[in-house]
Order: sequence, then structure tokens, then C-alpha cells
Amino acid sequence: MSSRLSVNKTYKQFVGGAFERSESGRSYPVSGAGGQLLAHAVQGSRKDVRDGVAAARSAQTGWAARTAYNRAQILYRVAEVMESRRDEFCAEVLRAGDGQSEEAAAKEVAGAIDRWVWYAGWADKFATVLGGANPVAGPYFNLSVPEPTGVVGIVAADEPPLIPLVSRLAPVIVSGNTAVVLASERCPLVAITLAETLALSDVPGGVVNIITGRRDELAPPLAGHGAVDALDLSGCGPDLGADAARQAAATITRVVSASAAERQWAEEAAQSPYLIDAFCETKTVWHPKGR
Amino acid sequence: MSDLLAAEPSTGVADAVAGVRITPVDAVGLEQRAAGLCTRSIKTSSKAAALDLSIRVMDLTTLEGADTPERVQALCARARRPDAADSSVPSVAAVCVYPELVPVAAEALADSPVAVASVAGGFPAGLAPLEFRLGEIGWAVAAGADEVDIVLNRSAFLSGRYQKAYDEIAAAKQACGSAHLKVILETGELGSYDQIRRASMLAMVAGADFIKTSTGKIGVAATPPTALCMAEAIRDMAEQTGKTVGLKLAGGIRTAKQAWHYLVIVGETLGGGWLAPERFRLGASSLLNDVLMQRSKLGDGRYQRREDYSVD
Repeated sequence: MSSRLSVNKTYKQFVGGAFERSESGRSYPVSGAGGQLLAHAVQGSRKDVRDGVAAARSAQTGWAARTAYNRAQILYRVAEVMESRRDEFCAEVLRAGDGQSEEAAAKEVAGAIDRWVWYAGWADKFATVLGGANPVAGPYFNLSVPEPTGVVGIVAADEPPLIPLVSRLAPVIVSGNTAVVLASERCPLVAITLAETLALSDVPGGVVNIITGRRDELAPPLAGHGAVDALDLSGCGPDLGADAARQAAATITRVVSASAAERQWAEEAAQSPYLIDAFCETKTVWHPKGR
Repeated sequence: MSDLLAAEPSTGVADAVAGVRITPVDAVGLEQRAAGLCTRSIKTSSKAAALDLSIRVMDLTTLEGADTPERVQALCARARRPDAADSSVPSVAAVCVYPELVPVAAEALADSPVAVASVAGGFPAGLAPLEFRLGEIGWAVAAGADEVDIVLNRSAFLSGRYQKAYDEIAAAKQACGSAHLKVILETGELGSYDQIRRASMLAMVAGADFIKTSTGKIGVAATPPTALCMAEAIRDMAEQTGKTVGLKLAGGIRTAKQAWHYLVIVGETLGGGWLAPERFRLGASSLLNDVLMQRSKLGDGRYQRREDYSVD
């Protein structure tokens, strides 16, 4: 009779395309739906946030310089790779969630995959829809073009474990932003599994950085970091959200949060080209008309 | 004792230069100690002092073919007052430029505590004919350089022509007159810690006021073990001859964290007396911005963004 020792995965943070433990060396226990211990996740520190922002900053120019068509291919590739690991995602969501049914877990994973496909399709279209030629009183062409704002900090919501993260991440990176994500504090493991698919999907290192740990500790330094250009605070409660917004105001950082409709995560209302626009700056160009 | 400068090449490994002993280096122990010193944790109050010190010992450097007088003037303005918004930031120690730009720097830094340093002597290879190299040194000093950075003749040193390497440094020291002479060993090209130790002793005995790690023009630059190796050579020199020689680390030093690791290495090896611009320098071009960012972070707790600081 042979009995195998269990081989458990170490869920590490995703920073600059590499899976790393925290600079602080800390970890915290993550329990599943039934209260049983699932794993110890990395408990990141503000220095990990700083490293994530540095990685995002240095990846941003190159990511934004890629063609829209190429970013579309890469986002679609994320969907492909997730599809091939669908069973793993379903099992992970089931373990992490608050007593979801198997059917609900499968629906959530399918919804998350479809969301990547949906935003992939927008990559080469949103500029046409959100920008355009403006009528002006003078002999000029006047063109508005949405451009990525830069580095976006995302505080992911807790529940359900997977689709809120994908719903807020995909519209941020599709336009050429890079992201530093604070994964859900309660369900961080599936975010790291998502990071593994990102690492296999031609997403360049540093475009998405995922930090796990205590939201109270990590959201304020992320919000106050001078190099973060916009924030999605969907995962912050009212008190933390207000504190983070104050931090953000000191460095003139845009703050976005999911509306009630957008929090119907599985529904179509949770996806919109205006969510892409929320993380873009509009550049307007005046060009003289020839005779 | 067999001497590097002996007329006849000796069969064994030379263990002295002009009578000054050269101690062999324990490479494993050296790397281990250097790594240990780099893990030292530094408390917030010491960090603030370390950041200010690393500005005070900095040689703000620009050694590009594309250096213009305007670029050097801008660098000099930063050297006098590194942070336009904060007058409590000290000036740097010196500005380091190519000889042709020394007059520009000297004019821009007149009546300031910041010294003008010039590379000279066929930088970065040091293989121009000797008379031209000496002429270049003399020209730079006449043009207003307070400090001259020359390179060790690695061609001579690596082929065992130690006397030639020694004589050239001695001649350069003479050509410097009252200016300080820093000798760049280009440690990345020397091959081993024993060679670095040997080159350090040779340069110090030949008359260097400072020994310096690198030109910054090759891939391998200052590293903690080479810094420790050279600091130990300086300590050895002081113990044997009573002569105090300075240490300049240059090349690849970009972050405040690296800077205070080097401060720890020098402080632990040579003592606090060396932690001053007269005996210790950090040569860098992009370090200053990172130090200013860290300084600001210590002040208000926020991480800064690079876009708010000058372009290097």
C-alpha cells in the first residue's frame, strides 16, 4: 500500500511577472466555505505595494505602445487559457465561496471567461466609440482620442471570488493601463490562480500585479502612492473607501467605484465600454484644415 | 618577500609592492561578510542621516558623448541645491565631467562648496600615449578641476608590467599638482579579488588620494564585495604606512538602498572617520533622484513618483 504525501500549492503574489513571497515574510490563513483551512496566502506589506507599482510603472509604456489588435489577441488568449483550466477554476471558486452551488460556480467561471472575450473585442473599437471628430467653429479638424491614464490600483471585491476581479481588471488593461490589484482579503487564492493564467497568456510581466493581504493595511499606501494615476475602490467598505479616497486626493488620483448595477457581477450591466473610458484620459488635437 | 616592482619577475606570487605587504583575500569570507553587511536593517532616524550623508558624499556625474555645456550647467545647479523645493537638502560633494566641460562646471560652481572633478588620462580605457594622458590631466587642472579621475593602465597591470602601471600613476600624481588624484581600477576587468587587492595597493603606494572601483562604462561595476575588498586594502594601507586614502564607488549605484549598504560597509570596515566627503565618494548619475524620493517618503509617508523629479 502506498500513501502519497500531499503536495500543496504555495500561493504567492504576482509582481512584475514573477511569483514572489512578501518582502515582509508574512502569511495568513485562508479558510474555505466550511471554515476549513485552504492554504496560507502571502500577507503583503506596503513595500510589496510599492514594488508592484514600480513594476506596473515600468511596464506601462510598452503595454500602451502595443497595437490595439495585439492587446485584443492577448486578452482573448487569457480567456482561452482560462477555458482550458475551467475545472480547476470551478473547484477553486467552490472551495473559496460562501457555500455556492456547483452550478453557480460553473456559471461564475464561464461568465468570467466570457468577460475577457467581451473586453478583448473592445480593444480596437473603444477609441472609435469614445473618441471622434468634434464639430468646431473654425477651419480645424478637432479630434478627441482616449488614451490610457497610466497605472491603476484596483481593490477587488470579496464576493463572489472570481468574477468581480475580472470585471474590474479587464476594462483597465484593455486600453493600455497597467494594474496593481489588491486581491480579495477573504478569497485571495483564486486571484493567484488567475495570475497563473495571465503569466501563461502573453500578458507582459508587470502589466498585472496581484498583491494579497490585509486590505486595511494595503489600500491606504496604494491610494497615496504618487505613481498611481487612478483607483478602483470597489472592494473597500465605506470607512476604508473614504480613507483611501482622502489619500488619493492628496496626489490628485482619480477614484472610481462599482455602482450598484455594476455589482450585479454576473449580469451584462457589469460590463460597459464606459468602464474603459473611466480609466482613460481624453486627448484632443486641433489640426488646421487645408484649402 | 617578493615585490611586484622587482626588476626580475619572481617565480612565486608577489606579496608586496614597494615594501608594503599585500594580504591575500579570502574570497568566500569576503562575499559572505559583504552580503551580511547588506542585510543590516536601518532604523528610520538613521535612515534620514544616511540619506543626507549619501548626498554629501555624492559625485554627481555625467560622462556621455552627448554632454552639452547646458546639460552640465543644469547638473551644477542641481549639485548646489539638489531639491529646488527644499533648502535643507545638502549640496553634493562634486560634479564629475569630461575635461572639455571643466571650464563650464568651474564657472557654474564658482563660490560654491561643490568641487569640480574631471576624468582624464584617456578615460575610459587609459591607453592613449602617456604624454597625451599627462597633458590632458594638466589641462583639466589648469582649467579648474579640483579632482582628477584617471584609470589604471589595465593593459600594463594585467600583463604583469607593474612598474609601468606604477610609474604612470606616479607621473599622473605629479601632473595633478595640488588637485586630488583618484585612480579607477575598473574592478570588473581585473578578474579576481586578489587582483583587486593588488591593484588597490599598487595605486595607493604610487600616490593615489582616492581609489575608485569603476568607470561605469562596462557591465560589471561597483559591487558590495569589491567595495569591501578595497576598503580592507585601504585599512591595511593605513595600518602599515599611516597614509589615509579615500574610497570612491561608482557605476551601477542607482538606489538609496544600495547607497546605505555601501555606507554600512565603509563604516564597519574603516570606521566613522571615512564617512565624510574627504575620504568617501559615491559616483552616480541617477542615484540622486532616488535618494530625494526616499527623503521625501520619510517626510510625509507617501511614495513619490519619478515624473516629479528631474530627468537625469
